[in-house]
Amino acid sequence: MNVILNILKVTLEEGFMYAVMAIGLYITYSILDFPDLSVDGTMPLGAITTALLIIHGVNPWIALVLSFLFGAIAGMVTGVLHVKMHIRPLLCGILVYTALLSINLVLLFTFNNNMSIASFFRMDTIFNTGLARLIPEDIGGYSLRIVIIAFIVALCCKFALDLYLKTKSGMLLRATGNNEKYVVMLSKSPGASKITGLAIGNGFAALAGSVIAQSKGTADQQMGVGMVVLGLASVIVGLSVFSKVTKMKDTTKVILGSVLYKAVLSVALGLGLPTEYLKLLMAVLFVVALVLSHGKEDRGDRYDVKA
Amino acid sequence: MMLKLEGINKAFNKDTVDETVLFRDFDFSVEKGEFISVVGSNGSGKTTMLNLICGSDTADSGKIIFEDHDITALSEHKRASFIGRVFQNPTVGTCSGLTILENMALADNKNRLFGLSFAVNRKREDHYRELLEQCDMGLENRLNVKVGSLSGGQRQALALVIANMTKIKLLILDEHTAALDPKSSEIMMKLTDRIVKGNDITTIMVTHNLRYAVEYGNRLIMMHEGEIIKDLKDEKKKQVDVDDLLDEFYSISIENGNGV
Ligand SMILES: Nc1ncnc2c1ncn2[C@@H]1O[C@H](COP(=O)(O)OP(=O)(O)OP(=O)(O)O)[C@@H](O)[C@H]1O
Ligand SMILES: [Mg+2]
Repeated sequence: MNVILNILKVTLEEGFMYAVMAIGLYITYSILDFPDLSVDGTMPLGAITTALLIIHGVNPWIALVLSFLFGAIAGMVTGVLHVKMHIRPLLCGILVYTALLSINLVLLFTFNNNMSIASFFRMDTIFNTGLARLIPEDIGGYSLRIVIIAFIVALCCKFALDLYLKTKSGMLLRATGNNEKYVVMLSKSPGASKITGLAIGNGFAALAGSVIAQSKGTADQQMGVGMVVLGLASVIVGLSVFSKVTKMKDTTKVILGSVLYKAVLSVALGLGLPTEYLKLLMAVLFVVALVLSHGKEDRGDRYDVKA
Repeated sequence: MMLKLEGINKAFNKDTVDETVLFRDFDFSVEKGEFISVVGSNGSGKTTMLNLICGSDTADSGKIIFEDHDITALSEHKRASFIGRVFQNPTVGTCSGLTILENMALADNKNRLFGLSFAVNRKREDHYRELLEQCDMGLENRLNVKVGSLSGGQRQALALVIANMTKIKLLILDEHTAALDPKSSEIMMKLTDRIVKGNDITTIMVTHNLRYAVEYGNRLIMMHEGEIIKDLKDEKKKQVDVDDLLDEFYSISIENGNGV
């Protein structure tokens, strides 16, 4: 029983934390229709900058916000490469990811005594200061701070994005992914809108990196491996499993998708799957989700919504 | 003179074996208040001419002047601030994934800042309904329906209304009834006429329907292989009928050796 509850706890913790990244990918992949691979680099960028900031005494909540900004800047670079230099989306992502491999290491080497892993165990994080102190450290034998804070962060991200998508800027972003020609006719440059979307998407990815690093107390380059697959799979699982639930917001579906995807992975590991098979399983599950979602993933055609 | 194309040269696939020269020293001008119907065989350069005017294509040389400003180098989206356009394909003029209300809210904000205030302003809904009522398709009762679920004819009518929501100086219609059934085309043309006259907009309308070309507008041009081979204004336009135009078409094809 204890084991199962523990697996459930860890699944929820990770599900909520990675959901933040999935929300970022939802923006680029679903809204903008831009396959963005830079996330494998921006997620650890968020993690590493957060670790370094905290090590140098910056408040963890401020580090969280700053990580979003760093991710957003990297995302803007991806966007500029595509929009201004007309490089294909996939290539832009790979280029920014590759550049970030160096940048992340340079940051670590410069600000962390030449070590490629930044550790900050027992230092202040969002999970043990401020808001977190209001939550008892021990609830019925379980430490629930991480799951509760992660849930709150994911919810805040969801509501922030929901709100943004209702603004003029946000609706223009949706129009850009839907029909660029329409944006042109509104006398707006679709390129500017794409850059904005990529900035926000990668901002969320870096924010997720920040949260994950703070939960672990370490950050390194390795964390980014497979993040695009993980995030996209969460988006696709969420949107296709709950495709019939018209009342539910896409952002909610993405969070649920992230938890569901993590749950399947946890179960597989719990049933004795060796960890070296984890990424393989991630990829296979992704394919299954993609195949199942064909035709289901509705881009808005042919159904009514009640606003 | 409102719009002037001067000495336009345009070739496709330049410097390859497939090079095709479409426009050679092409001139065309539009007077304020004109409603021009453009007819011409397939490949005669009608769409390309409109693309050059709107900035979705660039000429190899030549100038485009709009109200005394040289707009040759102005980007397509900047020109869109004073040019409205409806395409042949009904899916181009609207966003399928957004509701009618959302589409209209965006269009309502054209030429203004797209910032962080809410896009949809419920107070404007009545105004939107009024605009939609002119389509006579019941769209005014379906504001919260996704545009992707509308029929082609409904979408095209919506696109036309949307293109005219903010004040534009020039309306470009490229076979905007071609994808519609006869009845919808008829409704669409009436709506077009009403909007053009009501807002007093200078209009260029490409059509393959000779009857529409004759019935609507106050100027008619016929294009052939990148040239304007007929240009009839006001009284002369009124005298022309569909059979005259048909004769003209036949004589062109006979000249080219592909008799009918
Ligand atoms: N992108 C392009 N690449 C190569 N050739 C092109 C391109 N666009 C147009 N053309 C050529 O230019 C010529 C004029 O095309 P255009 O589309 O302007 O004709 P149109 O008068 O609009 O014809 P239709 O009545 O069929 O719509 C055609 O010969 C066409 O093949
Ligand atoms: Mg054409």
